[in-house]
Amino acid sequence: MSAVPLEIHDMTVAYHRKPVLWDIDLVAPEGKLIGIVGPNGAGKSTLIKAVLGLIPLASGKVTFYGQPYARQRRLVGYVPQRESVDWDFPVTALDVVTMGTYGQLGWCRRPKARQRRQAKDCLAQVGMEAFARRQIRQLSGGQQQRVFLARALAQDAQIYFMDEPFAGVDAATEQAIVGLLQTLREGGKTVLVVHHDLQTVRDYFDHVILLNMRLIAAGQTETTFTTENLNKTYGGRLTVLDQAAEAVRRGGFTR
Amino acid sequence: MNYLTMIVLLGTSLLGSVAGVLGSFAVLRRRALMGDLLSHAALPGLCLAFIIMGQRHFAGMLGGALVTGLAGVALITLVCRFTRTKEDAALGIVLSTFFGAGVVLSSIIQHQEGGGAKAGLESYIYGQAVGMGRQDLYLIAGVSAAALLVVLLLYKEFKVLSFDSGFARAQGWPVLTLDMTMMGTLALVTVIGLPAVGVVLMAAMLILPGATARFWTNRLGPLLLLSGIIGCLTGGIGTLVSAGLVKEWLGFDPLGFGRSESNLPTGPVIVLCGTAVFLFSVFFAPRRGAIARLWDAVRLRGKIARENLLRTLYELGEPQLPNPPAVSLDQLLRRRAWKRTTARWLLWRAARSGLVQRELDGARLTERGLAEAARLVRAHRLWELFLIQGADIAPDHVDRDADAIEHLLTPEILSQLESGLPTAKLPETGVPTSPHTITANAVSGGKNAVGPPENEEGPLRA
Amino acid sequence: MLDWINQLDPNLQTDLWVITVGAMTNTACALLGCYLVLRRMSLLGDAISHAVLPGLVVAFVLSGSVHIVYMGLGALAVGMLTTVLIETLHRRGGVSEDASMGVVFTSLFALGVILIKRYGQAVDLDPDCVLNGLLELVVINRVEVFGYDVPRALVTIAPVLLLNVVFILLFWKELLISSFDPGLADTMGLKAGLIHYLLMALVALTTVASFEQVGSILVVAMLIVPGATAHLLCDRLRTMMLISAAIAVASAVLGHFAAVHFNTNTAGTMSVVVGMFYLAAVFFSPRYGILSALLRNFRTSLRIVREDLLGMLYRLEELAVPRTLEPREAKRAVGGGWLAGLALRSLLRRGDARRDAKALRLTDSGRRQATRLIRSHRLWEVYLVEQLGLPLDHVHEPAEHMEHFIGRDLQEQLAAETAETATDPHGREIPAESDSR
Repeated sequence: MSAVPLEIHDMTVAYHRKPVLWDIDLVAPEGKLIGIVGPNGAGKSTLIKAVLGLIPLASGKVTFYGQPYARQRRLVGYVPQRESVDWDFPVTALDVVTMGTYGQLGWCRRPKARQRRQAKDCLAQVGMEAFARRQIRQLSGGQQQRVFLARALAQDAQIYFMDEPFAGVDAATEQAIVGLLQTLREGGKTVLVVHHDLQTVRDYFDHVILLNMRLIAAGQTETTFTTENLNKTYGGRLTVLDQAAEAVRRGGFTR
Repeated sequence: MNYLTMIVLLGTSLLGSVAGVLGSFAVLRRRALMGDLLSHAALPGLCLAFIIMGQRHFAGMLGGALVTGLAGVALITLVCRFTRTKEDAALGIVLSTFFGAGVVLSSIIQHQEGGGAKAGLESYIYGQAVGMGRQDLYLIAGVSAAALLVVLLLYKEFKVLSFDSGFARAQGWPVLTLDMTMMGTLALVTVIGLPAVGVVLMAAMLILPGATARFWTNRLGPLLLLSGIIGCLTGGIGTLVSAGLVKEWLGFDPLGFGRSESNLPTGPVIVLCGTAVFLFSVFFAPRRGAIARLWDAVRLRGKIARENLLRTLYELGEPQLPNPPAVSLDQLLRRRAWKRTTARWLLWRAARSGLVQRELDGARLTERGLAEAARLVRAHRLWELFLIQGADIAPDHVDRDADAIEHLLTPEILSQLESGLPTAKLPETGVPTSPHTITANAVSGGKNAVGPPENEEGPLRA
Repeated sequence: MLDWINQLDPNLQTDLWVITVGAMTNTACALLGCYLVLRRMSLLGDAISHAVLPGLVVAFVLSGSVHIVYMGLGALAVGMLTTVLIETLHRRGGVSEDASMGVVFTSLFALGVILIKRYGQAVDLDPDCVLNGLLELVVINRVEVFGYDVPRALVTIAPVLLLNVVFILLFWKELLISSFDPGLADTMGLKAGLIHYLLMALVALTTVASFEQVGSILVVAMLIVPGATAHLLCDRLRTMMLISAAIAVASAVLGHFAAVHFNTNTAGTMSVVVGMFYLAAVFFSPRYGILSALLRNFRTSLRIVREDLLGMLYRLEELAVPRTLEPREAKRAVGGGWLAGLALRSLLRRGDARRDAKALRLTDSGRRQATRLIRSHRLWEVYLVEQLGLPLDHVHEPAEHMEHFIGRDLQEQLAAETAETATDPHGREIPAESDSR
């Protein structure tokens, strides 16, 4: 098995035939906390979704430890953005976390005591064991976020993708998440996190990926998270890319 | 009860329970009207099967119904994916045009065959459970068993699919296949129930039990079980009522339908039974019911009013502590914008709880009342201090916020507040002094109002 | 004035009346339905049309007659009740929107069925008719109006149609704004809530006015399908209304004749016909149809293969030892298959390439086009390397794809945003702009 947890090769992603990510080419080092940073609409969430096969690729290739995603699902954990869920659904926090263990079970098998214990442990790791029996709407935003993190932990993966886990959470939850990330790193896991708060990038992440519809820079935080790179990332969209994308979408020439 | 009625009873109960279980998934996934669609889209299939097979063959016609029903669902998905048409319009289009096609076919059949066929097809629209025979019961039992088996086997798959299909896909489950399996089972159950309950009402049997059960439980497993039970019971009771048996047993007619010979159609009665249970749940369910929520709101308001009373009594008598003085009603009314009768009633309630002692035209805090009031004032002032120091809000603006929040502060939060404040601010009694001067104008009305104060001093904070 | 109609052949008379009443009914529904479709409230229309049943029966029981005015009032009352109940269940009861709708209208319908079975015997409220309608028999029930002998259904539906038209004209602005942005409408003082209830009231009224002719099913079809069809054909509300009215009338005409021909129920046939209109729009709509999209895709694919051929010939000319290709080899090089054959034939036909003995050669016009393509390709490569920082061996493939979408304007921008250079990152010359004219 190749030692590289994630390799993205020349990936272009399109929404409704319009390219939103251009020719992304990067390698994620193992056992590091990697922040994905860029302005709104830069394609950060799109990157994660495309890598996980939730959006089709227009071109390019993605491998996990040298293999395509379909073969390595067991090794990948995902924490999506919080809004995409029906909060009125009759599930408790423990139920949600137990869903993370479903990947271990085959078809038609029920989660047994072992899975439930695993789920409880994961809840404890995020400090939510007291809320195991609460229906999810009864939790605060930060608590909900922690439950979804616990679910990803229950997947017991080697590489984790998190989409804005810090968005809209209170300080206590933020600290809990940071602690969790560090625990994961100590365990040798690789974690890629879409992050929106520039102030905390240096404190939280070893590596950083700067994105704005295309890859600006990727590498160690000290050398990559520079003013120059940030200017390029946040300095406005490349109109050429916008126009070209529109042309592709229309199937004709640019005007 | 005769043999035939027993069969109908078994059939409708079984139908009700399995429809309840499958329908719950549809309700949870916000696709409640899928059942309505399936029922309407089944008509052309029924007719086509009849035309092809040349006779009224239950299983064959149901097969035809299943085919066109599922075709309708597939069409909706395709239309939504490839055109501008939105899901609700697509559902309406498929529903009405398929049903129209069915009406056309049915009238062609009527012209060919005559009255007998017409009766058979009309019973499909309104349902005719009483026509249920033993063969029909076997078919219903078989299909129900199969449907329940599917749910039992694929329980966790259906659960993760319904809750978070994106996560399910990322975890590797074949989401499309699972979705089709669920819809297919739903379609099967719908189509089986049509002869008994009719088109429009089958949708009700799918929706009502699940929507009802949601009021009583917060977990999926119990919800499915409860829907099954509710569906079964309403099916059975509805059948009994419509067959006039309840009338027989009770000895009188509870619904006021005097004529004993004209039995009511089973389908609508089952639905109305289900609606009755549903409405009961909407109002009387313990936590989610309207009455329960109203009661909670009323109790909270009462609690807030009582706590405001205690705090006001404390503040009015603060200079003379630890011996609380008697406070007159007028003093109270000057401080809080209560009506005189409200104030009197609050005092009476507090006196009953032993928190105050009535004196002349006023009251005095008892020992218990004093302790309670001190606790409340402490919470209030800690919060005020936090707002001033931690949140940088001007001192003359904090009373309102604290007024609203203090009733909801738990002991954990309070101790956190305390630990966050410099200890110099806290006196030994535990109740901090007020960070602002307590004047008549600084306190809002006892209605727990959150709005601009009557007299605003100083510039408005941005 | 209308006497001449009564002089006509009875069959023709029937045709005329059925079509007229049918067209009026359908149009009355279609006009309101446009708003339902746009507001994503199609199912509310469905719900109301089912739910009015008990209203009719109650009105009959209370008033003792089937006079249309009482029926209308009963329907209005239930229409309002349905809307209010659904909203209350959803907002206050905490039930999801689709479940609220399902519960309310099926319960009301169940109530209606029971009431009909109980009280409907005394009146000709045949349940079958309620669902299917009896448009065929429209000429039988006649009344005297202003001295003319017309079908009663006409007298019922014509005022409702008029009312709907007046409502829409009167409240055009308000309906438009509240359909797209109810919040904005409220801030502008146009009561979005009031408009909503008025709309639903009219839907209920139209439903009951249509019942006798076409039953509740066709009402649903006519409320939703013409509007949805028109939605696929145009982008402006006024056009949408006109198209949906036209479709409504056309369905009435075609539906009637088809029903006569196949000897079947008119209402059902009309709903099938209108469904076919929708299907036709799904495939053939010039802007949004599936076939139009496929055609567009095909044309683009053909263009791409054609340009690939031109580009390939150009590159072969550029070689130090220029090479030529036979047509067969050329087709294989761009992927083969019938598309390649089509593209090549198109090239030859347009005079962009010619056969010279066994070889394919570019003509002048072909070379100009190829030059533009190559220029786009190489400018894009430069851009990818400079602005996106891609490594050298990663830029050829993206440029192969993008070259087909870069026109003159974008070329200028690319040239402006990259350093002045005469060669692409691989060292090949970038054709000048003048060469591609």
